[in-house]
Amino acid sequence: MRQAVALILVLAVGALLIFTVNAYLLPFGRFPERRIGGFENESVGKRILEDAPITTGSANVVTSVVWDYRGYDTLGESTILFTAVCGVAMLFRVARRRS
Amino acid sequence: MAGMTVIVRTIGRLLFPFLFLFGAYIIVHGQLTPGGGFQGGVVLASAVILLLLAYGMEGAQAKVNALQAELADALGGMILVWMGLMGIIVGIAFFQNVLPFGSLGQVLSAGNLPVFNLGVGIKVAASILMVFYAMLRIQGGKEE
Repeated sequence: MRQAVALILVLAVGALLIFTVNAYLLPFGRFPERRIGGFENESVGKRILEDAPITTGSANVVTSVVWDYRGYDTLGESTILFTAVCGVAMLFRVARRRS
Repeated sequence: MAGMTVIVRTIGRLLFPFLFLFGAYIIVHGQLTPGGGFQGGVVLASAVILLLLAYGMEGAQAKVNALQAELADALGGMILVWMGLMGIIVGIAFFQNVLPFGSLGQVLSAGNLPVFNLGVGIKVAASILMVFYAMLRIQGGKEE
C-alpha cells in the first residue's frame, strides 16, 4: 500500500516537472530568447559566445567564462577547496592524536 | 598501506609519466581545448595515487611527501591571489588582465588565463593528494 502511494506520488511529481518545464520554461531544442538590458532577441549565452574570443583572447569559451567573466567566483571556489582540505587535515590530525 | 603485486607495480611505473604528461597537457592547454586547471589537477593527483596504490605509502611519499603537498597547495593559492593582485599593482582593477593577449589559438595567449590555470592545477593536485594522505594515515583506526 505504501509503495503504491509512493509510486503514484513520484509519477505525479515527475509528470508535473516534465509538463512545467516543457510547457512554460524551456522549450526543448530551442535556444531561449530573453530580453536583456534593452537588447531584443539576445541572450547572455549568445553574447558571451560571440564576444569571449575577442575580449579575453581565449579560444576555449568555458575557460574564459570561468577565469575572466567570473574570476571572483572561481577564486572563491578555490578558497572553498583550500578551506575544505585544511579542515580534513585538521580533523584527521586530531583523530590520530586520540587513537 | 602495503603495495600490490609485481604486475601492478610494473604497469603503474610505466603508466606514471604518461599520466603526468596528460595532466600537464590538460592544464597547459586549458585556454584552447576542453579542460583546465581543475580537471588537469585531478589527473595529476590520480597519477600519484596510482603509484600509492601500487607501491604503498613509501613509494608515493618518495615522489611527493605530505609536506611538499602542503607547500604546493599554498603555492597554488598564492599564484592565484598574486596574479589577481597584479591588476591592482599595474593600476587597473583586481583580476584585470595584465599580460598581452597574443594570437588566438596559441598556447601562450589569452593573457592571465594560463597562469590562473597553472595555479589552480597545482592547487587541486596538491589538495587531493593531501586529503588522500590524511585519510590513509589513520586507516583502520591506528596510525601507520
